[in-house]
Amino acid sequence: MNAAQFLTIFISAVFVHNVILSRFLGLCSFVAISKETKPALAMSMAVMFVITMSSIITWFIYRFLLVPFGLTYLRTISFILVIATFVQFVEMVVRKTSPALYRLFGIYLPLITVNCAVLGVAVLNVDMFFLDNKAVPGSFYYSLFQGICVGLGYGLAMLLMSGIRERLELCNIPKAMKDFPLAFISASIMSLSFFGFNGFRF
Amino acid sequence: MKKYFQEFVRGIIKENPTFVLVLGLCPTLAVSTSVRNGIGMGVAATFVLLGSNIIVSLIRNIVPDKIRIPCFIVIIATFVTIAEMMMKAYSPVLDRALGIYVPLIVVNCMVLGRAEAYASKQTVIKSFFDGLGMGVGFTLALILISGIREFLGAGTLLGHSLIKGFHPVFLLGMPPGALLVIGLLLGFFNLLKNRKA
Repeated sequence: MNAAQFLTIFISAVFVHNVILSRFLGLCSFVAISKETKPALAMSMAVMFVITMSSIITWFIYRFLLVPFGLTYLRTISFILVIATFVQFVEMVVRKTSPALYRLFGIYLPLITVNCAVLGVAVLNVDMFFLDNKAVPGSFYYSLFQGICVGLGYGLAMLLMSGIRERLELCNIPKAMKDFPLAFISASIMSLSFFGFNGFRF
Repeated sequence: MKKYFQEFVRGIIKENPTFVLVLGLCPTLAVSTSVRNGIGMGVAATFVLLGSNIIVSLIRNIVPDKIRIPCFIVIIATFVTIAEMMMKAYSPVLDRALGIYVPLIVVNCMVLGRAEAYASKQTVIKSFFDGLGMGVGFTLALILISGIREFLGAGTLLGHSLIKGFHPVFLLGMPPGALLVIGLLLGFFNLLKNRKA
């Protein structure tokens, strides 16, 4: 466990393998909610929180439940159940304790259950930081850090995209290209620019 | 019989999951680098869709309304796990190529969407044909996208090179190319729809 490794995870998760623009996870929410900056920001906050928490929870489940009992093939089913339950729980807590917070991002919480980015990061953590069903040294911190960074990458892509789409609203574009097609083409150009970080080596 | 055939065809053209409903795009874009991967993903997703549609339709009168979504997710996850293990056993190469996108079929909005919107309200046979149609539509869309990307991005189709001296556009094989191709295709299909209307 050293600082260089953390830096690599950061650059990789935020820029080079950006969860939306390079791994294509969470694309549905990306094109659906990125029309304006405010909801996009709220959604990103909610996703960041859920991804970070679910990275922690799924790591413990995998390390202390699935690996010792040889049940690693139940990975998919157990992760998705835990994530769904956790999101439901957070939604209930937020609604009871803070109506203001609930109005801000509560409505996006149910959507996050089926956001592939959350399950994707959990699976990715397990793939990357467990070798032959054994946790690599410091794998918990790596998983946690990767969770945070992927959330940041999601927020970054979301913010940039919503800024672009707010501008596009004012432009005169062909009818057939409105909404989805143009959103994808702008995302493609953004993805191309993020691709430039590929040369980073430590 | 004609009724069932209509259910089947609807998923392929009129309600194509990728181009009309714009559902389940994550795997579509990520694995469409070659036609072989596209077909593998399509077959796996079709298997999961068929299985989940049948079981969801079978238990539609037993499951209480409040907990139906978690139940659907468990059913879908079961079939995804089966598909994952089969793929690991019979085609390790494909399994490595598709990577994390096989377990991610669980959260594919298309599968849960069909379970919730269709199979939980219709008979088993109808749900079967709906799942089959949606699966075939999804596979065909994947073949179209991956065909374009593999041909222009690597100069090959299913691993065979077609034109001698063709200089591939590497960009199309990479993530930006996927977004570009899907954007242009969606625009093209919109154009066709507007012409017709």
